[in-house]
Amino acid sequence: MTTSQTNPLGPGYEGVAGSETRFRDIFRDTLRAEMIRDEDVFLMGEDISGGFDKDTKEPLDAWGGPFAATKGLVQEFGPERIRDAPISEAGFVGAAVGSALTGMRPVVDLMYFDFVTVAFDQLLSNAAKSRYMFGGQTKVPLTLFARSGAGTGHAAQHSESFYSMLAHIPGLKVVVPSDPYSVKGLLAAAIRDDDPVFVVNDKKLINLTGFVPDEEYVIELGKGRYMRRGSDVTLVGMSYTTVACQKAADQLAEIGIDAEVIDMMSLSPFDEDILIESVQKTNNVVIVDEDTPRASMASEFAAVIADKAFDYLDAPVKRVTAPHSPVPYNRDLEIEFMPSAEDVVGTVKNMLGRE
Amino acid sequence: MDISKEKLEWIYTTMYRIRRFEETMLEQTLKGNSMGVAHTSDGQEAPPTGICAHLTDKDWIGSTHRGHGHCISKGLETDKMMAEVFGKATGQCGGKGGSMHISDFSKGMLGANGIVGASIPLAVGAALTAKLKGIENESVGVSFFGDGASSQGVLHEAMNLASVWKLPVIFACENNGYAEATPSWYAVSAEDISARAEGYGMPGVVVDGMDVFAVYDAAGEAIARARAGEGPTFLEMKTYRYHGHFHADDTSKYRKAEEEEHYKKLDSIKHFERTVSKQKLMTEKKMKSIRDSIEQEMLDAVEFALSSPMPDVSTLYDDVYVNYSNPIAGLR
Repeated sequence: MTTSQTNPLGPGYEGVAGSETRFRDIFRDTLRAEMIRDEDVFLMGEDISGGFDKDTKEPLDAWGGPFAATKGLVQEFGPERIRDAPISEAGFVGAAVGSALTGMRPVVDLMYFDFVTVAFDQLLSNAAKSRYMFGGQTKVPLTLFARSGAGTGHAAQHSESFYSMLAHIPGLKVVVPSDPYSVKGLLAAAIRDDDPVFVVNDKKLINLTGFVPDEEYVIELGKGRYMRRGSDVTLVGMSYTTVACQKAADQLAEIGIDAEVIDMMSLSPFDEDILIESVQKTNNVVIVDEDTPRASMASEFAAVIADKAFDYLDAPVKRVTAPHSPVPYNRDLEIEFMPSAEDVVGTVKNMLGRE
Repeated sequence: MDISKEKLEWIYTTMYRIRRFEETMLEQTLKGNSMGVAHTSDGQEAPPTGICAHLTDKDWIGSTHRGHGHCISKGLETDKMMAEVFGKATGQCGGKGGSMHISDFSKGMLGANGIVGASIPLAVGAALTAKLKGIENESVGVSFFGDGASSQGVLHEAMNLASVWKLPVIFACENNGYAEATPSWYAVSAEDISARAEGYGMPGVVVDGMDVFAVYDAAGEAIARARAGEGPTFLEMKTYRYHGHFHADDTSKYRKAEEEEHYKKLDSIKHFERTVSKQKLMTEKKMKSIRDSIEQEMLDAVEFALSSPMPDVSTLYDDVYVNYSNPIAGLR
């Protein structure tokens, strides 16, 4: 990353106090801060405080929750608010919706993003639709989070990135942090938001570190950001592919191609303006998405650009995505499955006629 | 009988209101005044009435596609309900929900629900709110569902959760013998659905769902347990729907006339009338005055619904989100 051109925190953050922090740590710290801030916030999920001592019935916090996202929280907030759930995603997501409809602000850990499908009816038919079909008389201030993405040998049923399926649903909001800075601001915004919001964290981000300001802040849902300014081509990233885009931009810089990198951060709503503004400047765009390509966010962004910035394009919009296949287990196959910085560089070179 | 005079009047009024609302709504739907599909619950008046007789606006109920009786028992107004079925702006949901989504959050009604079984965990969630806020004694969750939903996985998950977390929940199964056209003797593996409650560590009770007093007594016990922090109860109320699965359904294709006649003899309203007359708890004059007032209420409800305006087309875009006005208004 060429820091002179990169300002992930945006203008106004120069000289702000903060520290290099791991994604997983700031995630937990943000959950904690929101639980302190609002006593209606509580967490539910499998193993978020378990196991339990057979004699005392006290939670043991054996794992610190899946991916250690809730480590130490049960000791601070107790088992009522850090509510360990049986393996029944439809049941407890439904209960979370009912609880949100009646005045609480539940936060649900769904562990692996793939498990969304087990609770899908509750998300689609109840969480997303209640406000609309009841004529605006209620709201569903529910937050869900889970881990997406390939690259960790979890195979086909623990590696999905199909956030496009959620973004498709009117009434749900979907955010995809790409670094410790964005997860802090997006998670806080999600919990404080009065609509159901799904926070999708790519597993490849969880142990990465990055600069996080000490101060409290939220990132407005529906806004993207420039990770790097450039004039030759726009690289559009979301979740972990923002990291891949930044690596690709570094490689492109070495061969004299000046790439701009956008991190979408939110998928529903999403920032149409930043896409159009950037394409109007660079006239070339590559969208990078680890989701499978059919009916994907990459396809949606391409459609918006074709619709609203067509006259500015010097070349067809290109998508670099996973193939239309389940995620494979074998490491070589899995690497081939994921869009890489090299894939992005190759696509840009073809697009600009540079070999 | 340990029911106050006021409560008896409320029970009779509520059951008669449900009966006449369903009959009136069906008639209006067949006339073409309703905008879509409507499911009637006449015949099944006793379960919601006998249960909601114990509830206040602070208690929550979840409901089904056959939800009018639940709504009325929870105190919703029939004019706004009728207007909703007619798709009018004055409807309970502004015409956005229709028959299958009537709700009133100010009355503790979490909404009728078009997905079979989907509202069950919502009532569990409402009970969880009560537990977290320490108000179990004044806010229980009642989940109404039918024999059809008893085969849905989410019921079993919700029962386990309610039991594991000891939540103030009543699982109120209205077994009317049919899931759409499929009889429960074919689709349900147990003689009594309530027998399954034992497997989830909660009492399961079979109740005569055509006898409102039996429902009232069983529900009273279950709700008292819930309010005392003793956890959930499963009530299976054996009942019968007089009309088809939905407004245009011809029951003669799958139910025998003798069976329908048998249940009409058990009619819950007639049973109530016989019981209170025999025990001299309510005069026929009083009952007639209640019936007359309901007849007028139905005329008024239809008039209100017919004369109400349609929603403005611009409301299509409202309330998808709380705080984000959807820029994707449509690609046209």
